[in-house]
This record gives sequence, C-alpha cells and structure tokens, in this order.
Amino acid sequence: MEPAKRIATFVIAPARGGLSVRLKELWEYRELLYFLIWRDVKVRYKQTLLGASWAIFQPLFTMGVFTLFFDRLAKIGSDGMPYPLFSLAALVPWTFFSTGLTQSTNSLVGSSNLIKKVYFPRGIIPAAAVLAGLVDLALALVMFFGALAFYGWWPGMALAILPAAVIWICIVAFGTGLWLSALNVEYRDVKFVAPFLVQIWMFVSPVIYPASRVTQALDKRGLPEWLYGLNPMASVVEAFRYSLLGTTPCPASFFVAGAVVTAVLLFSGIAYFKRMERTFADVV
Amino acid sequence: MAEIAIKAEHLSKTFPLGERNEFKTLRDAVIGVASFSFLRRRAEPEMVTALVDASFDINAGEVVGIIGRNGAGKSTLLKILARITDPTTGRAEVHGRVGSLLEVGTGFHPELSGRENIFLNGAILGMKRAEILRKFDEIVSFAEVERFIDTPVKHYSSGMYLRLAFAVAAHMDPEILLVDEVLAVGDASFQRKCLNKMQDVGKEGRTVIFVSHNMPAVTRLCPRVIMLEAGRVAADGASHEVVTSYLKSGVGLKASREWDKNAKAPGNDVAKLLAVRVRTEDGAVAEAMDIRKPIGIEMEYEVLQDGIVLVPNFHFFNEEGAYLFVSMDVDPEWHRRPKPCGRYKSTAWIPGNLLAEGTIVVGAALYTIKSAKVHFFERDAVAFQVVDSLGGGSARGDYAGPMIGAIRPLLKWETRPSVE
Repeated sequence: MEPAKRIATFVIAPARGGLSVRLKELWEYRELLYFLIWRDVKVRYKQTLLGASWAIFQPLFTMGVFTLFFDRLAKIGSDGMPYPLFSLAALVPWTFFSTGLTQSTNSLVGSSNLIKKVYFPRGIIPAAAVLAGLVDLALALVMFFGALAFYGWWPGMALAILPAAVIWICIVAFGTGLWLSALNVEYRDVKFVAPFLVQIWMFVSPVIYPASRVTQALDKRGLPEWLYGLNPMASVVEAFRYSLLGTTPCPASFFVAGAVVTAVLLFSGIAYFKRMERTFADVV
Repeated sequence: MAEIAIKAEHLSKTFPLGERNEFKTLRDAVIGVASFSFLRRRAEPEMVTALVDASFDINAGEVVGIIGRNGAGKSTLLKILARITDPTTGRAEVHGRVGSLLEVGTGFHPELSGRENIFLNGAILGMKRAEILRKFDEIVSFAEVERFIDTPVKHYSSGMYLRLAFAVAAHMDPEILLVDEVLAVGDASFQRKCLNKMQDVGKEGRTVIFVSHNMPAVTRLCPRVIMLEAGRVAADGASHEVVTSYLKSGVGLKASREWDKNAKAPGNDVAKLLAVRVRTEDGAVAEAMDIRKPIGIEMEYEVLQDGIVLVPNFHFFNEEGAYLFVSMDVDPEWHRRPKPCGRYKSTAWIPGNLLAEGTIVVGAALYTIKSAKVHFFERDAVAFQVVDSLGGGSARGDYAGPMIGAIRPLLKWETRPSVE
C-alpha cells in the first residue's frame, strides 16, 4: 500500500434535515463567503451617483423626517436625549437590519445560476447577503459618531458592548434570512412579504419611540417587561442605544428574552434551511 | 489494485412533473390549509424519473464518458455526483475533491473586471485564494485577455468572456473533474483548446467524467464509456463498443447483415444478395474500426444465371449522408468474364488512413455494365464506426481536437531548412 494520501471523502445520500451543521465544511468554504461579501460590496454602488454615501444618507434622512414628525409634532419622547441622536442610534442598526433582510430574502433566488451549477454550503449565500451590509454599517457608525460630536455628547463605557450588539443583530438578520430565503425559493410571494415585514417590524420595535413607553404600559397592566423583549429586535435596538448613547437599559430579563428568541430563530432557521437546501437546485 | 474514486450504488432520482408543489403560492397554501384539503388524500403528483438504479465504480485516474440521448439522465447523474442535487434513493461514495464544470462562467459578474472575476469564479469553483494567485498569470495568458484584465467583463466580446471563463475552470485541479457539454459552446478554435486541455487533465492521472453528445470527442478522450438509456445504465465498457452500439441504435444498422435466400433477399433472377459484412484485417466482423487499419467490406451473393458479366460495387456514405465514394470491382481475374452459377464472396479493402472518423454507411450493389442493368442495390446495407484514437500513426498526430473533413488520409510530410 502506498502511504495514505489525504483524500476528502464524502457520501451522497438522500437529504435529511436536522441541526448537524458541517462546521468543518463551512470553514473550508470561508473564502467563498469572503468573496461573495466582497462582490456584493463592490457591486452594490456601481453606477450610482452618490456611491457609498447612500449608507449615510438613508438613516440621516429618515432621522430628519422622524425628528420633524415624531419629535416636533407628536412629542413622542426620547428618554431625555436629543431626539435626532436618539432616533439615529436606532436607525443606524435598523438600516443594516432591513437591508440585510431584504437582500438575504432574495439572495437564493438571485443566485439560482450558482445553485444549479456548483456545490457549496448554501447557507453561505444568505450569510453573505447579510454580512455585506457591515461595510455600510461601519460607514453609518462613523457618521453617527460625527453626530454625537456635533451634539457634544460622549458615549460612556457601554460602548464596549457595541461589538456584541453588532454580532447579535447579524444573528437575528441571518436567522430570519435563512427562513425567508428558503421560503422564497418555494413561494415567490415571500419577496413581497419581506419589505412589508420589515416595515411592520420597525413599528413594533423601539426605533421611533423609547422602549420605556412599551415596558411602562406593560407594567401598568401587571404584565412582565420581558414580554416586549420577545421581539428580538426590541432587545437589539435597546442594546445599540445603550452602547451608543449610554441610556438606562431595560432590565436583564428583557435581554434574556430577546436572546432566547434569537437562538430559537437561528436554530429553527438552520433546521428549515437544511431540510430545504438539498432540493434548491431542483426548484429554484 | 486501483483505488476507487466514485462508488455509486443504486442511485435513483425522481422529480415531480411541472409544478413541484401542490401549492403554487402562499395564498393557495393558506386556502388549502383553511379548507382542510390536507386532510383529504392528495392527488399523487405525476413523477418524472430521471435516473433509475444507477450503479458503477470508477477508479481513480479513469477517464469515463457518459453518453445517452436527451433526457436519458446524464445531467442528473452529474448533478448528483457534484452534490448539486440529491438522489431520491441510493447512495454514492466519492473519494477526492470534486470540481464540476457544468457550465463555464458560473457566477461571473458583469460589473466586475476580469481580474476580479477570476478570483470570484475561482472561489466559487472551490479554489483557494493562494491557489488562484499562484495560477493567475497562467489563467490570463491561457484566456488571452491580458490587455483587458482590468476591464469589466460586460465589455468583453462573447469569445473573450468564454475564454476567460474556461481558463479559470481549466486551472482548478481537483482529484475528480466532472464536465458537462462545455465544449458545445464557443467557436471551433475554442472547442479545440478545451479538448486539448481536457486531454492534458486526463493524462495527469486525474479522474474525469465527461458528459457529451460529441461521439468522436468521447471516443478520443475516454477509454471507458457509460451509456444511459431512459435513466438506466444501458451499457458500461470500452468506449469503442459502447459508442458503436449507441450509434447503431440510432442508425439501426450493424456491421453484418444477412438475408434469407428464398425470402426477401435483394436481387432478381440473375443474382441475389445474401450478406454484407464489415471485417477487420484479421477477418473478424466488427463495428469499430481502427482508422489506421484496412477495412474489408464483403458481399456474399448467389448467381442464378450463367453467362452474364457481373460487377459488384460498394457505395460509401458518412453519417451526414454525404456520398463519399463508389468502388467498382476491378479484380483482373473477373475482368469482362461471366461468373458461373453459384455463391460468391467479393471483398473490397479500404486502406487504413483514408476515411475520417465517424459512422460510415455502406451500400452494396451488383451491376451489369454493358446492359446498364442493376441486379440489386441495397443502399443502407451495413454501417461501421471509424475510430481515431490518439495512439499515433494517424493523420491526427498529437492533436486531440475535432478534425474537419470527409476523408483523413495520412500524408507524407517533409520539412527542410530553407536556404535562401
């Protein structure tokens, strides 16, 4: 016998669902993930006039509109912060989330030519769609710190948890993206549902108004505050506000509820995606 | 003992015909659920079987062709081996890194430059960044796009685009390479380039599985061929035999045909045709003929009337139906000499290195020239396959690409230094 060569062996058999994620394989395909993110970033603002500054304008304009209507007219409250900063601290992550969700929903269908012709772990596609937004998020954060300086406001020690908040929002976007992208392969309706979902989701998350408005209302009815935390984006937005502005955070139970729902979202997303994954090529 | 690269056991694949799901849209699904239709028995969706119980072993280093008519399951088999889609039942073991070349330019992005697309496409095909970097110059020069490497590929001509796409794919080196009909695209020179590259890959000792309709290419590149028919493995063996039987099943002709003397044998009261056979030098009846060797065409007939000068002749057509040539019996022994009653066998020898590769259909006839009388003319009597493998000694030399032309004589070449 020759000395055994290292030969990759795999078995082809009918698909099964389940949670077994082949981490080793995902690791082997990390460069593909990197290149897909890089492609999305490179291509996103090709042939646009304003280029990457769109990443800044979107949250900035929305903040202007929100400030005018919800602060000046509706006096919705902002926990004692300047409202523009208060809303911007939520709009920056929200823009990332909404772009990531819409992009990942359409990602599999948009990559049908790849799926039909080459093998790779399919989860890479929605993951790349979400992660490509990180460049925009970084630009928007730079803009945000400019706005902080403009108002003479300094973030406190809580800024240290910003990386955790970024990871968290990525997981929520990815978990939802797994569900929606796989559903979209089967039911093309999902691409109409996604923007609508993002819109509704924003209204039920503390982007325009402070989370305290909702938790206080829950308190009044004798309900626990963590109920609001069941919306994982409520927890995520609060985490961003806490880290960027140093606002008084909601109680820990609120975040625990958000984390639990996030985990459920991610793992159910993986399970559903895995079940559908091996037939994508036949359907897409 | 050779190592096994692919072991397929009873692979089958069925697709639901047309719409995959009973519920085309979410709305239908909701209505379906709301009306409790899930409690009722669902109508069985019509299923299409693409692959049935396919089993085979492929050793490491083998170059195997997969042939079959459209819809025979070739592409499905390749997609299963490439892990793009799953078998419905059965399993396969694959030992080695698999590179699939089911299409050139998969994942090319028109807005990105040639340089960027090389990296992107390479990553999609499973190459590592370091590997792409190492081969970058080679890829660019193979594709002949040096000047445009930083231009977005949307400005490329379709030829440049194809060349670049194939160049990336050709430079990945997996242990197992799956190739599907890639050669069907591009102009003749590009196809040549692809074929030559594939030839090299095969020589490097890698396992190649090659799906194609191009029979000459298959016989040239693959010593072994698997033929699929309606999803089943219909034949698996030496390429000459499998390709010949595949072509035969299409043409409906064999290398040997015999007629019952009394029944419907072609002919008249002067002579009747009994058999036509294609023989090798050694006298064996065979369908596949080495292009380098003489080919004997034999006609057996019975003469029923004395005193008539009979001239047997053969007519040769290629697979496109082009009339290649006619050959009259010029044997001096029977020159203007009547054949007495009885059975005769007349054989014409086609020299080696004359016919081009491909299918040759033979017509057999018997004339009397003086009276301009045709006693029989069986136009599509037999057929055989001329095979030009890369063994040397044919007009092909070391060239692996397709060669145009109805004939392929081996000529004597001379090259001398020119003194002027």
